[in-house]
Amino acid sequence: MSSAEIGLALSVFLACAVEAVEALTIVLAVGATRSWSSAMSGVGAATLALAAIVAALGPALTALPIGVLRLVVGGLLLIFGLQWLRKAILRSAGLKAKHDELEAFREETEAARAVGAKHAGFDGYAFTISFKGVLLEGLEVAFIVLTFGANQHRIPLAAASATVAVLLVIAAGVAARAPLARVPENTMKFAVGVMLSSFGMFWGAEGAGASWPGEEAALLAIVPGVLLAANVMVWALRRANDAAAVAARAVSGEAPERATVSA
Amino acid sequence: MEGLLLGVWEFVVGDDWRTALGVALALALTALLAGAPAPAWWVMPLAVIVLLALSVRRAARAAARKGQTRG
Repeated sequence: MSSAEIGLALSVFLACAVEAVEALTIVLAVGATRSWSSAMSGVGAATLALAAIVAALGPALTALPIGVLRLVVGGLLLIFGLQWLRKAILRSAGLKAKHDELEAFREETEAARAVGAKHAGFDGYAFTISFKGVLLEGLEVAFIVLTFGANQHRIPLAAASATVAVLLVIAAGVAARAPLARVPENTMKFAVGVMLSSFGMFWGAEGAGASWPGEEAALLAIVPGVLLAANVMVWALRRANDAAAVAARAVSGEAPERATVSA
Repeated sequence: MEGLLLGVWEFVVGDDWRTALGVALALALTALLAGAPAPAWWVMPLAVIVLLALSVRRAARAAARKGQTRG
């Protein structure tokens, strides 16, 4: 396996695992509260829809000339990755609320109970919420599978990596019979943001006609470089926030509080 | 169709169009230099660090303006 293929498999696995954990919380909440069969029907329908999207768009993307593919898809992957990375940096710096699976489970359970009486047989609410949850979380994974897979003409490898991640999360969920609150989601999202940004940058520049020193081996410098830059930003934000909090406390005499952006 | 395009835009670009524009301009500069021909690989790493830092700074300032407390 080349470094790019390892990066592909790892990125897709981490992204898929973290999204699957979030989808599992939604399915567990509506399944336990309303109807397991309807919730699982929603999961099945969303999985089929996602598989159809990957099956339809995959061959279309890989049919594009490699230069065009790398420029367009690399650019899109970079834009998408920078979004992930910015949010991860803000979370790590304490400026954005971290995703809490137990809290998400509680909210979904309360919402499912508030809907009203359960229907005998098929439960439309459980089906719809499960379908929507799995589809929305899965779309990000489908995007990553398609962009990473198409750029290296290894969509089956990307799809296999995603499948392994989903199966592991399902197995862990069945064993725990609860939301997977101990999975280090925010660390995983940080890693995915670094990988998406690094590979997007690498492929985008290649598609634009640039030659990287060392070709594919340049990734061994790009990935740590992006990781280092992101960590420096976290450190700088924490420092600035702490200094602002100390200054505010000195002025008002109140306990410092960190500002956050909404999730 | 309009809704679909809006959905795709929201999904890929999100709430920070400036970063998307910056990436597009950096790729265009890379293509321009590569066609010259001149070394062009350095453009994207530099652009990514600058764009990410600016994007994070905008978000941090927005958080400070909102003044919300940590959840």
